[in-house]
Amino acid sequence: MVADAAPSGAQSGMMVADKRTSPVIQFLAWLARRAEAVVIPLGAVLAGLALFSLFLVALGKSPGTLLDLVWRGGFGSAFALQNSLQRAAPLLFAGLCVALPARLGLVVIGGEGAIVLGGLAAAVVAPPLSGLPAPLVVAAMALAAALMGAAWIGAVGALKAYRGVDATIASLLMSYIAIALANHLIEGPLRDPTSLNKPSTLPVGAANMLGPMPGIGVHWGLGVGVLACLAAWLLMERTTLGFSARIAGGNVRAAQIQGLPVRRLVVGFTALGGAAAALAGFFEVAAVQGNANATLAAGYGFTGILIAFLARHNPLAIPPIALALGGLEASSGLIQRRMQLPDATILVLEGLLFLCVLVGETAYGRFKIFSPHLWASKKAATA
Amino acid sequence: MSQDLGLWTVPLAVLGGAIRVSTPFLFVSLGETITERAGRINLGLEGTLVFGAMAAYATAVVTGSPWAGVAVAGLAGAGFGLLHGAICSLARVNDVAVGIALMLFGSGLAFFLGKPFIQPSAPPLPAIPFGFWSDLPQVQAALRVNVLFLVGAVLSVALWWAFRNTKAGLVIRVAGDSAEAARAMGYDVTKVRVLATMAGGFLAGIGGAYLSLYYPGSWNEGISSGQGLMAVALVIFARWNPLACFGAALLFGGAGALGPALQSVGVSSGYYLFYAAPYVLTLALLVATSSPDRALAGAPGELGLSR
Repeated sequence: MVADAAPSGAQSGMMVADKRTSPVIQFLAWLARRAEAVVIPLGAVLAGLALFSLFLVALGKSPGTLLDLVWRGGFGSAFALQNSLQRAAPLLFAGLCVALPARLGLVVIGGEGAIVLGGLAAAVVAPPLSGLPAPLVVAAMALAAALMGAAWIGAVGALKAYRGVDATIASLLMSYIAIALANHLIEGPLRDPTSLNKPSTLPVGAANMLGPMPGIGVHWGLGVGVLACLAAWLLMERTTLGFSARIAGGNVRAAQIQGLPVRRLVVGFTALGGAAAALAGFFEVAAVQGNANATLAAGYGFTGILIAFLARHNPLAIPPIALALGGLEASSGLIQRRMQLPDATILVLEGLLFLCVLVGETAYGRFKIFSPHLWASKKAATA
Repeated sequence: MSQDLGLWTVPLAVLGGAIRVSTPFLFVSLGETITERAGRINLGLEGTLVFGAMAAYATAVVTGSPWAGVAVAGLAGAGFGLLHGAICSLARVNDVAVGIALMLFGSGLAFFLGKPFIQPSAPPLPAIPFGFWSDLPQVQAALRVNVLFLVGAVLSVALWWAFRNTKAGLVIRVAGDSAEAARAMGYDVTKVRVLATMAGGFLAGIGGAYLSLYYPGSWNEGISSGQGLMAVALVIFARWNPLACFGAALLFGGAGALGPALQSVGVSSGYYLFYAAPYVLTLALLVATSSPDRALAGAPGELGLSR
């Protein structure tokens, strides 16, 4: 039933590699299929960079200078790299918030709301628990954030599963609501009366702050984020649950006939994505800010959308792409100062990259060189 | 003459606000109706709206004519529509994802190119004082109606009529309901959809011009906070009917005006919650009007949303 629904793609590699083919040919066929998933997005990114270079040249700016500044501002020194890694940490979680529901065919673009409310939840539970040992308080903060985010984005999944509400629109509307709600609480009932110029909640306490990871000087959000990406990959690719989700994402009716709990899968995967995004908020509070304030809505959720699409929703591809974009955003200040370009320069580049990667979707399966059949038959002919 | 109207100030301000705030909703939702009736969804109209606002403002500053600004905003919007339409015509490209990308790209490009125009002031679009019969400044303020609002009102009736009674309207509807039927009739479905997306972008660009040239009447990076996206949700609520779009836009405009209206009578606590009212309203209407089992009544058959 399922195999009938998807006759090409995943199955074709296996069909070629039958008993008579040698390991070398099997490997070549496997490599050809894998190469497609790397070469096409890379080509799309290069095309986006080329378009952006044209844009810069049209404005009389040098693309070479920009590239040099991105390198120096984002990657060229230990300090720059540290800065980029620090920026990449929340992006890992934000990317997961898009990639996990995408497995079920849902485009969730409201991760920003879960980040903000997750950070707020983390900041709110800390002060009442101030008597407890720090590890317990930190665990409670992380748990509060994850539950908040899971409930918020899980609600988007529930609305989709039980009411048929479009998840893309609902999640973005809910992120506006989340930010308004957080602003209201931070400037109203939950405001620390001593925070005058920058309204914030009560501080979580210096003892409950997370220190940097040993060796690299970047907060723990990075390490946990990479682990979360790994866990998400294992969930998607190596568990029955992930396989069920993929079937449901490909063909809802087939999944229902198979008796899969499609609705619960939708709610579960969106809730997981929300919990991930909320952890970004938790780390912003527990490792960077020390309280919840308006800077929680820094746009990580929106960069996360781009990251997930660049990664084609593969969690293992999220960390390197998050690092690349973290570096790009880290170099933004340098680009503004040295090239007299507005801060939106990075937004233009990101938009172009996004468009080019989507255009690249049309290229899959069009190049014979990536077809496992080509390699198998060529070897068979020469043998 | 200014007498105390007491609590009447609020409904009056909401009415005036509904007329003022609804115009961008109206234009974007009418544009999106055309696009979706042809079978595509363009979530990028949020970006088009922002870019239209920038293009209109910059043009008005440079030429001194707000109407030139409106024209340029419309043309720029049509350009974004063409981009969306052309990319979505490629095989295996998802129109929702392209919309999100264009949302980010449109706003990013607008912020980039609009940087030098945040300071200078542009000539505003003219308004007609329909409140001349009243001595009350509140009534006069509420009934100062912008020309574009009237254009939008006429347009919604015209589109409603055109979808039913013209050949172009029929071709768009057939392309949206069944691509095969349209092909069998000899029409190029891709071309129809690209043109419909361009028309949608054109109207969304004009909606943006209203934002920067009339209300709120300035250009800055926070000019639109999701109005373009709410207008897309509004189309679903309005069941792809241009006349219903007009009513829905007024409703959304009223919700958006609630916060400032209450603030004007001294209710300032919970400002952010009132600010969230249009989003809550949109979500509530989406939940109330969606259905898990069947396609929405009136939904174009080819639309990704209803599948």
